[in-house]
Amino acid sequence: MGRNIITFARIIRTGIVNFMRNLWLAVAAMAIMIVTLTIVLFSIIVNATFNNTVTQITSRIDVSLYLKDSVTQAQTSKLIEQLRALPGVQHVTYLNKEQALQAYERQNAGNKQLVQAINETDNPLPATVHIKPDSLNQINQIRAFISKPSIVALQSNPANDGGDRRVAIDKITHATNILRRAGVGAVLVFATISVLIIFNTIQMAIFNRRDELQIMRLLGAGTWFIRGPFVVEAIIYGIFSAGISVLLINSVFVTASSSLQATSFGLLDISYSQSFFEHHFWSLLILQLALGILIGAASSVIATRRYLKFKTTKRQSKG
Amino acid sequence: MILLDRVTKIYNKNLGPALDRVSLHVEPKEFVVIIGQSGSGKTTLLKLLTREERPTSGKIIVGGIDYDKLRDRDIPLLRRKVGTVFQDFKLLPNRTVFENVAFALEIVGVGGREIKNTVPKVLDIVNLKSQADHMPQELSGGERQRVAIARAIVRQPKILIADEPTGNLDPKHAWDVIRVLEKINHYGTTVLLTTHNQEIVNKLKRRVVTIEHGHVGSDRASAQYDVKN
Repeated sequence: MGRNIITFARIIRTGIVNFMRNLWLAVAAMAIMIVTLTIVLFSIIVNATFNNTVTQITSRIDVSLYLKDSVTQAQTSKLIEQLRALPGVQHVTYLNKEQALQAYERQNAGNKQLVQAINETDNPLPATVHIKPDSLNQINQIRAFISKPSIVALQSNPANDGGDRRVAIDKITHATNILRRAGVGAVLVFATISVLIIFNTIQMAIFNRRDELQIMRLLGAGTWFIRGPFVVEAIIYGIFSAGISVLLINSVFVTASSSLQATSFGLLDISYSQSFFEHHFWSLLILQLALGILIGAASSVIATRRYLKFKTTKRQSKG
Repeated sequence: MILLDRVTKIYNKNLGPALDRVSLHVEPKEFVVIIGQSGSGKTTLLKLLTREERPTSGKIIVGGIDYDKLRDRDIPLLRRKVGTVFQDFKLLPNRTVFENVAFALEIVGVGGREIKNTVPKVLDIVNLKSQADHMPQELSGGERQRVAIARAIVRQPKILIADEPTGNLDPKHAWDVIRVLEKINHYGTTVLLTTHNQEIVNKLKRRVVTIEHGHVGSDRASAQYDVKN
């Protein structure tokens, strides 16, 4: 075995031994790291769920144009052409009067009286053009187009552009953005606190052993021979914390799905959250591990720097 | 082996130099005793050699290494070449005698099997083979100092620096330590010893360098001295 490998193995072994010796100190550092990583994981899942909700709601938005009975086939075709050419239009569907009636009957199949009443009169339903936008923000362009006098002239009733739903969706999007920012803010705050506390924990461990470090230095121990075990110790914090945070979130889902009948609270579709978590389990676990290891390693490297400096780096001025 | 050329060390400009243009040359395999009152600059001299301190001016070359060209990251390599014994032993308190000596080898990446072979031999040289599993606090001062010597010589350094290794010991234990140093010197290691102990200086009959107020007061091959404390 090469000397480097022997030394590397020794560093890891010493790190593990130190971790077990300083278990109570480790608990403090890990507690805060678990909180941080759990918040990170929670934010990721909530964010994905909100995005999903917005996508779901947006997909139901469309604009409906109701045409006068007097509009000719040629005018209709031209209108559809123009609509399809508009930017931001995903697709356009046309229902003639017959199809509109059928669709109406399907929608109200439960209400026989209403269907009967409709059938007793001459078909009152106008031919209808449904325009589906690419996204919520494109509705304004579509709305502007159909408000042109030449297009208004073709319409029997004012167009239904989903105005009310649009307001609701705007609110949802707005709320989602605020929550997302709050999530990022919380993650940053807790990550900082986490680094500081781990930093402190390791400094305490070093402070207790500062004589030992000095002796190691005097005997010619290299920087990484001394620092390595502390970094290994902090990486172990990271690994445990990542595992525990994933288990925590998992147990929340297990409890939620078994104890709650309704799995949806307004915007939070818990069943989606759960399936997102299950689908991305491994990548989320790896992300958590990476983050835990990074926080642990970074804070221990910084914490040990001060104690590993050679105090004689600066040559004093000649006198 | 050791060369100091007009070395000056000033800790605090208001207090004057701790060492003032000290020049010293030590041949390989020499045994040099450095004496002087407390505060005369002995310890500063040794700290310069182990690079715990840097000189304010002057040149230091130890074992072919020019300290002016020594980078910080090479300091550990230097310290592995120079064995050091401290007055306060500086043993690792949570490790056994064996582990303390083994630690010096672990630093340089020596394998476990080699450590198991080498450490008992070195403990034998300092007559501590039977105490290998003791903790430092279970040993007497003289025994602890011998552990420190074992640790310093286990890597077979060309130079051994001992800073008042007998300072905390009663006469009997002090002589135990000195005999070990003589034995090591006999095997070919250059030894630099500082001491307050007049009897040791007189009985050793080795080269004696006196440091007075930061200067080399005298440098004689072998002499009788009255050492004032």
